[in-house]
Amino acid sequence: MSAGTAKINVTVAEVKPINDLVTRFKFVRTGGGELPTFSGGAHTVVEMQDGSTTRLNPYSLMSDPADRGAYMVSVRRDDEGRGGSLFMHNNVREGMEMVISNPVNLFSLDLRAKKHLMLAGGIGITPFVAQMAQLSHTNGLFELHYSVRTASLGTYAEELSEQYANKVHIYHDDQNERIDLETLLDGQPLGTHIYVCGPKGMIEWVHKTAEELGWPREAVHSEEFLAPASGKPFEVKLAQSNKIIQVGEHQSLLEALEANDVDAPYLCRGGACGQCETTVVECDGKLVHYDHWLTDEQREGGKLIMPCVSRFEGKTLVLDR
Amino acid sequence: MSKTVFPPSINSRPVYGELEVRPGKHHLMIADATGAEAILDLAKDAPADLWAKTHIIYIPKDTGEKYTGELKALTPAQMYVGPSYEAAKQRVTDTFAKAHMGLQVYLTGTEGVMGQAMAAAIAAGIPHTAIQTEHRGSTARRMQCVHCKGITEDVTTDPFVCSHCGLNLFVRDHYSRRLAAFQGVCIDAEDPGNVPPQVEVFK
Repeated sequence: MSAGTAKINVTVAEVKPINDLVTRFKFVRTGGGELPTFSGGAHTVVEMQDGSTTRLNPYSLMSDPADRGAYMVSVRRDDEGRGGSLFMHNNVREGMEMVISNPVNLFSLDLRAKKHLMLAGGIGITPFVAQMAQLSHTNGLFELHYSVRTASLGTYAEELSEQYANKVHIYHDDQNERIDLETLLDGQPLGTHIYVCGPKGMIEWVHKTAEELGWPREAVHSEEFLAPASGKPFEVKLAQSNKIIQVGEHQSLLEALEANDVDAPYLCRGGACGQCETTVVECDGKLVHYDHWLTDEQREGGKLIMPCVSRFEGKTLVLDR
Repeated sequence: MSKTVFPPSINSRPVYGELEVRPGKHHLMIADATGAEAILDLAKDAPADLWAKTHIIYIPKDTGEKYTGELKALTPAQMYVGPSYEAAKQRVTDTFAKAHMGLQVYLTGTEGVMGQAMAAAIAAGIPHTAIQTEHRGSTARRMQCVHCKGITEDVTTDPFVCSHCGLNLFVRDHYSRRLAAFQGVCIDAEDPGNVPPQVEVFK
């Protein structure tokens, strides 16, 4: 159960390979009509029927928020992953009917900002594509610094450079180009907000550097969805529904709950939003936290777990579900 | 903790902390009256290179020359001493307009001055949670009359008479961050003239 978000029946209108790793998918409402409005930075959870497995992956919407005719997402293929992105790349075809969730925004622009400074790494570019479209409608002041591996893998780098000339700066890893963050942050006008989306290391680097330079915590925004980590299979008892279920090696706790018809809440499925927070009734063993929702104290307290990404190792785990 | 212990109140009522040095390339300190003591206390543990990056705006009010010399002795990069917040306002606005991200803001003294400086900082784009405050000195309040919208500074009694429209106003804890003022509401609207005795609650 995705809390508060209705499902939308959509038809795949276009499948377009962008480069060796990334493919773009366009969804229109099945039977016609407009899609719900969204704001730049929002994501949708795409449902994939992969045989007997239902995969639910969140993807950032990258189309223009002003265009309610279609949604677009870009999916980076992960050959080592659990199969969601591979399913999108290998199985999703034009004309296919799919189900997606209403958009949810966990990475929205702070519209009080006087300037928006965006930092993207790799496929982390997608939420910014929608945000830049949104800001350009209102003449918002923004600047994008985008780090890509190579020019050929620079998803949308060329298009964005053309569309927003003088606002987009591309850095190529293979040419040893790096964002000079300290210089970039130094001298930004008061009221500037930073947005960063990319690999974990990049997000931490930006938060740390900004903090050292005296930037307010509230002016630095980031988004990183985690894929649920694999781990040893384990057994979990559910206090409310009185069930004992097995969580597989490559299955998340949330997916195991869903496979056993437990209607557990979720929004992002990537450890970021806090919606699936669940009370631990009994725990004889170790909770393995992967989320970035719980505080260190809450983790040490051992009374809460985020089933979308976190796991358990030990003898007995009882959850209040 | 503030030096004055304020009784528990509603959520909109500001709370104040204790100034501490935070990392940043530029520091702006705005103080009135005995707020100077909070800056001097901060200076005891401050790194030596802090003052070369600091701009102090000080409004002595009734403390006269008492703290000015000591503040100057800290050798801030810039220091302004002026008669009132009104007089300093243009400088405050101009400083924020030219400032860059990473500026640390320290406000200390009375609620009226801290509140007005904070409103200027927020308007310039600093999140209010990133602005440090420490209350020192008088607890007199800057009050807005909700009827005529006039602002009366340094209100020490409850009820008080609006300096603009003359209504008898009850001092509420409801606070407007935008106006940097508490709200005063007519206390004898339904029974004109029936006003409880004035009590000096803020000193």
